[in-house]
Amino acid sequence: MRADAIKDKVAIIGMGCTKFGENWDSSASDMIVDATYEAIEDAGVGLQDFEAAWVGTLWSGGTGIALAAPLKIGPIPITRVENACATGMETLRNACFGIACGLYDLVLAVAFEKLKDTGFAGLPDAGAHPVYGIGATAPGRWALAATRYFHNYNISPEDGKRALAKIAVKNHHNGSLSPKAHFQREITLEQALDAPIIAWPLGLFDCCPTTDGAAAAVICRADMAKSFRDDYVLVKGFGLAMGPGWGKENFDYDYSYLPETKQAGALAYEQVGIKEPRKEISLACLHDCFTIAELMEYEAMNFSPIGKAVEDVDAGTFTLEGELPVNTDGGLKSYGHPIGATGLRMCYELYKQLQGNAQLPARQLKNPKMGLALAQGGHPGMLMPIVTILGARD
Amino acid sequence: MVGIVSYGGYVPLFRLNRADIGKAWGGPARGGEKAVANFDEDSVTMAVAAAMDCINGIDRETIDGLYFASTTSPYREKQCAAIVAGALDLRRQIFSGDFSASLRAGTIALKAAVDAVQSGSAKKVLVTASDCRLGVPRSEFEQDFSDGAAALIIGDSDVAVTIEGSYSHTDEFMDLWRSQEDIFVKSWEDRFILMHGYGDNLREAVSGIIKKYNMTPKDFAKAVYYAPDARRHREMVRTLGFSPEQVQDPMFDRLGHTGAAFSLMMLVAALEEAKAGDKILFVSYGDGADAFILQATEQIERSRDRKGVKGHLQSKRMLPNYEKYVSNRELMVGKEAQRRPAMVSYPPVLWRDRHWVLSLHASKCRQCGRLFFPPQRVCLYCQAKDDFEEVRLSDRKGKLFNFCKDNLALSGDPPTILTQVHLDGDVRVYCQMTDRDPDEVEVGMPQEMTFRRMHEAGGYPNYFWKSRPVR
Repeated sequence: MRADAIKDKVAIIGMGCTKFGENWDSSASDMIVDATYEAIEDAGVGLQDFEAAWVGTLWSGGTGIALAAPLKIGPIPITRVENACATGMETLRNACFGIACGLYDLVLAVAFEKLKDTGFAGLPDAGAHPVYGIGATAPGRWALAATRYFHNYNISPEDGKRALAKIAVKNHHNGSLSPKAHFQREITLEQALDAPIIAWPLGLFDCCPTTDGAAAAVICRADMAKSFRDDYVLVKGFGLAMGPGWGKENFDYDYSYLPETKQAGALAYEQVGIKEPRKEISLACLHDCFTIAELMEYEAMNFSPIGKAVEDVDAGTFTLEGELPVNTDGGLKSYGHPIGATGLRMCYELYKQLQGNAQLPARQLKNPKMGLALAQGGHPGMLMPIVTILGARD
Repeated sequence: MVGIVSYGGYVPLFRLNRADIGKAWGGPARGGEKAVANFDEDSVTMAVAAAMDCINGIDRETIDGLYFASTTSPYREKQCAAIVAGALDLRRQIFSGDFSASLRAGTIALKAAVDAVQSGSAKKVLVTASDCRLGVPRSEFEQDFSDGAAALIIGDSDVAVTIEGSYSHTDEFMDLWRSQEDIFVKSWEDRFILMHGYGDNLREAVSGIIKKYNMTPKDFAKAVYYAPDARRHREMVRTLGFSPEQVQDPMFDRLGHTGAAFSLMMLVAALEEAKAGDKILFVSYGDGADAFILQATEQIERSRDRKGVKGHLQSKRMLPNYEKYVSNRELMVGKEAQRRPAMVSYPPVLWRDRHWVLSLHASKCRQCGRLFFPPQRVCLYCQAKDDFEEVRLSDRKGKLFNFCKDNLALSGDPPTILTQVHLDGDVRVYCQMTDRDPDEVEVGMPQEMTFRRMHEAGGYPNYFWKSRPVR
């Protein structure tokens, strides 16, 4: 890997994001149009200016036509990408490669997902084996991690659930300050602790909702960015790491850590030259599909020492006022999780925060310089994590 | 000498107090409790469980044939013996057959196995009998009928019980029946069927075999004979000329009537107590009758480690109420019917993966010696390619490494306990846990593997292995 191949080569000059939620009155195409038009208006470019485009979705469409058809663009090169819950970030990553290699000057990245038409709370079982793994759900798979994390660090289920509940309370608070979030209400610690169990030890408030949404980014060569706007945001680095995915069956994997995610972070830190992430990162959007995921990601991203994440939660390290605010927009927990769109939505929050443009001043951080987003497909034992680091221009 | 080489039994973990049935319907209840298959059990899975108990310690390569006897085969067309043979990991070169339709199916299969060994066409035949019949709600049958299985290996060497003689007759008689469409067992008026069906046939078989072999009731240490219920069993003692001490307890108070498996389960219970030299009279009924004279040998002591009928009867949990029974036996549709079907199944996948789906094989790397389930062509630990042997995991025990209790997963018995079990030999199996109390699940608890019905996607039962707390 050439560590300097991406850093400061690509700029984001416009972004858009639909309202996330149960968008019964919007089709996938409607959301693509809404997110894209916000992004091009933000960038001050026209649809016909794009030389190429990338589009990401897990289930809600196929091929580049999913993007070209609603926007009436082309013929231009359009690539559909997919990497489970990291799809949105994979879309941006591949679009940035198109710029960084010098082939294109201005490209569009759009990611979307339409989940609520399935009539099912939770995700459909796609391509499952007839009997192996039957009964495994997303919350169930993360609950396995919670069981072992608590067991390994000798945390009682009660104490463990309390730490997770604090993460849920934090993300609901942040979501209450995000007008586009799926949920915009605060919850109490007691509500989180007393909620019905979805997959023990995870309760209702430990789980993100199923959500519809789309996000879009306009990106260009960094040296051109100034011609579009002063407060462009620079792409600093990407880390993607996948393993064989047999952790569930690997006798030696004990579920207390996320090895692929740790590696994805390490790759990104190397590209950016970050040595002490807890000090150097101003804010982070982590993949809190379940609260236990956010807890374990504090350690995978090297924000917290191994086995000490609960102590940092108790100390308020990751609140809006804390040392390293995490999920300032409410995260997957409150903003919602339209699978394909999530990674790009995280970048939307970093972009707005780095520009000083968070939708409500109450959650705008003071002068953030460097933002990290982690979008993570899969589940412990089989992860597809991508880390994106964005920076404010000097 | 041909005889029984090994025996095994299976009684599902759950029991229903008959008083709960009476309470549900506002009527009288027969005493005691009955065994009820869990929501993921059927006659095939129970046959596998009994056969696993029976085959313990016996080289599977020596088995030449497998019979499956049941009136509740999950299939009208398709052989269940083949499924049972796959789950047991028997070799391919066996002959197999299903015996069905009659309460006597278990002993008809036994007779066929004895004849096969006697004729020299087989050295060892495994006979399984398993049933899961439904009595229509509010009927006496609902209180009587229960679920269970038995297995016997018939062979001509190392025989624990010799088969000294047999007698059969066939009688066309309309007492109990299910037509192609019936779920519940139907019957004619009990006074008629008890007198001319059960009564006439059983007496005829007992007198027939005693006369054929010049014996008297006094010659037998034990009489094991079928009866439709406890009262008729008691009444028959006097008629047959046995003293009550000679008679095998039919277990109606704690097991119930297990259909085509019932006679064989009573026989297994008798063998569990038999001493070398004991002569046993064994009679079953259904569309006629089969009778056998058996004698225990010194080898009977070899099978003492079987869980059998007695061991499984002792290991039990009570169903909390009648509604749970209704749910387990699918007498009413539950919440799952409100949700869209989520499961899929593809026979080519099940066929390709039969070595591990049915036979629960792991791969054992020839380079590093590590085990992996499901089997993998490239070793997860040392990356050796296509250099492994397959080893069977179904008879290994282990410990619970990890679990969750999932209410979101579609299940007839929520929460789904998703587990990783570490079996002996350091291999991890990712599966569901069954026959458990969710409140008692904890890391480290002892586990064993059990063959179960996962779902009915594709319009057929999809079988796989689950873990359960060691019984």
